[in-house]
Amino acid sequence: MTMAEKVLARSGGVDEVAPGDIVTCEVDIAMSHEATAQMLEPMEKMGASRVWDPTRVVVLVDHWVPASNEATATMHKQVREFVRRWGVTNFYDVGRHGICHQILAEKGWVLPGDLCIGSDSHTTMLGGLGAFGTGVGPTEMAAVYSTGKIWLKVPNNLLIHCRGKLQEYVYGKDVILHAIGRLTVTGAIYKAVEYSGPGIAAMTVPDRLSISNMTVEMGGKAGLCPPDEKTREYLEKIHQRPFRPFATSDREATFQERLDLDLDTLGPQVACPPNVDNVKDISAVAGTKVDQIFVGSCTNGRIEDLRMALDVMDGRPVHPDARMIVSPASTDIYRQALEEGLVERFVDAGALVTQSSCGPCFGGHMGILAEGEVCLSTSNRNFIGRMGSRKSSVYLASPAVAGATAVVGSIADPRIT
Amino acid sequence: METGFVGKAWTFGDHIDTDMIVPGKFLQILEPAGLAKIVLHGADPEFAAKVRPGDLLVAGINFGCGSSREHAPVALKAAGIPVVLAESFARIFFRNAINIGYPVLEVPGIHKGVTQGDQLSVDLATGAVKNLTTGATFRAKPLPPNILQILDAGGLAPLVAREIAAQKH
Repeated sequence: MTMAEKVLARSGGVDEVAPGDIVTCEVDIAMSHEATAQMLEPMEKMGASRVWDPTRVVVLVDHWVPASNEATATMHKQVREFVRRWGVTNFYDVGRHGICHQILAEKGWVLPGDLCIGSDSHTTMLGGLGAFGTGVGPTEMAAVYSTGKIWLKVPNNLLIHCRGKLQEYVYGKDVILHAIGRLTVTGAIYKAVEYSGPGIAAMTVPDRLSISNMTVEMGGKAGLCPPDEKTREYLEKIHQRPFRPFATSDREATFQERLDLDLDTLGPQVACPPNVDNVKDISAVAGTKVDQIFVGSCTNGRIEDLRMALDVMDGRPVHPDARMIVSPASTDIYRQALEEGLVERFVDAGALVTQSSCGPCFGGHMGILAEGEVCLSTSNRNFIGRMGSRKSSVYLASPAVAGATAVVGSIADPRIT
Repeated sequence: METGFVGKAWTFGDHIDTDMIVPGKFLQILEPAGLAKIVLHGADPEFAAKVRPGDLLVAGINFGCGSSREHAPVALKAAGIPVVLAESFARIFFRNAINIGYPVLEVPGIHKGVTQGDQLSVDLATGAVKNLTTGATFRAKPLPPNILQILDAGGLAPLVAREIAAQKH
């Protein structure tokens, strides 16, 4: 079996599974953000007296933090009501919050081999730790909170094998953008993707998280990286439950499809509007003028990403015709950025540093684009109107490209900026 | 649940994402009636004013790709569109629709076989879809038993409620 199949077999209580099987699985960890407000009604209807296992439920706010208006304030109030009413104990409220997938990773809630269900499509990110992470909506989440179970169809398997290693100023983000460009936004529909090979083994855990995160942009159900010593090290001091033995795909496991990538020859990639698979080498879009640069989101708002952008900026200010917004992906990252002096360096460069929020990435608040404006963003979607006006446009790239672009005021190659 | 529908078709293309169905700036709306007023705003800001209850939606591949927002099927359902017919759906949208008791059907050939304004008939029980304007017929992919069970119950909440109630007794 593949890694993904092993997770579904174990959590489904069966010895073996094969693509197409429908399995009722026991969930290891479940998470919801502001969608929790939409779970009040279905939870009430379902009639459970409390969440099935408070040690396996994590609730937080991340999309509009702090509340951006009366409607979102009401939503947050409803989330707190839910937490009290159904006995949720692991709750990250404003000030202790972070983007949901980052909180699950950095607080050690997700372990290799877990089945992780989240109320957000980018729950695939936890595959970077070797978990089967996938997103659902609030009604389904209410069923998970009530029963601890979910039915899943065992997906086909797609192997993305990476040889070579990442070159200077090239990151996990470039790998996943390139893969999506090759496979298109439908390339992994209803599939479990596995990212492996020496290129993945040589990569840091944060790079793996960025890759697994965007699996959903090609329709993937989950995107797993084999857990290894780096995974163990990342989780060593923070894991909330004991590790189970790390499982990887069997040698004879069947992958219905395979894509081979050579990281030695991969340069910085940019996903151009209006679809995530409209991916080009940076040389094809360098010089495109931008109004805003955004460094943040669950995909690339980690401490390494902030350091990377600053490293490329190298003490130079944000271009006078552009503005730069930086949102650390969690309160812990925000604190670390303060301690390391990163916030000060961004502010000195003329960048605006916000508290952690999903806001700019989904056009919710803090950094909305006006008609005709262009943004270079480290986030994950460039759909029409994603960050604001239907007539604005979004280019997706790594934090290194974001740093170079901030300094130049147009899309720039970090290797030569 | 009602299983037969006749209505006028509205057509959309491939990859109609959840940001087109309910853009991020409207996510703070949770009431179905409010969502009906902005349904598909990101694809056509005038659509919500034009669509009439009973009209049908036809789309290409990967309908509902993107976010896990349940607002998307809630908005379509609240706008009075009884069923969405597409070449294929993104998985989270598909589950969300079924979970709120909203039927969505994968119908091979439907996108090319329907022009905006055509009259269609849909039989959920048999999966038969007919373009009454052109006479063309289509066959929806059958839904597996576990999904039919959710739809028959009127959504996941009533189904789970029955299971939980049964355990208590």
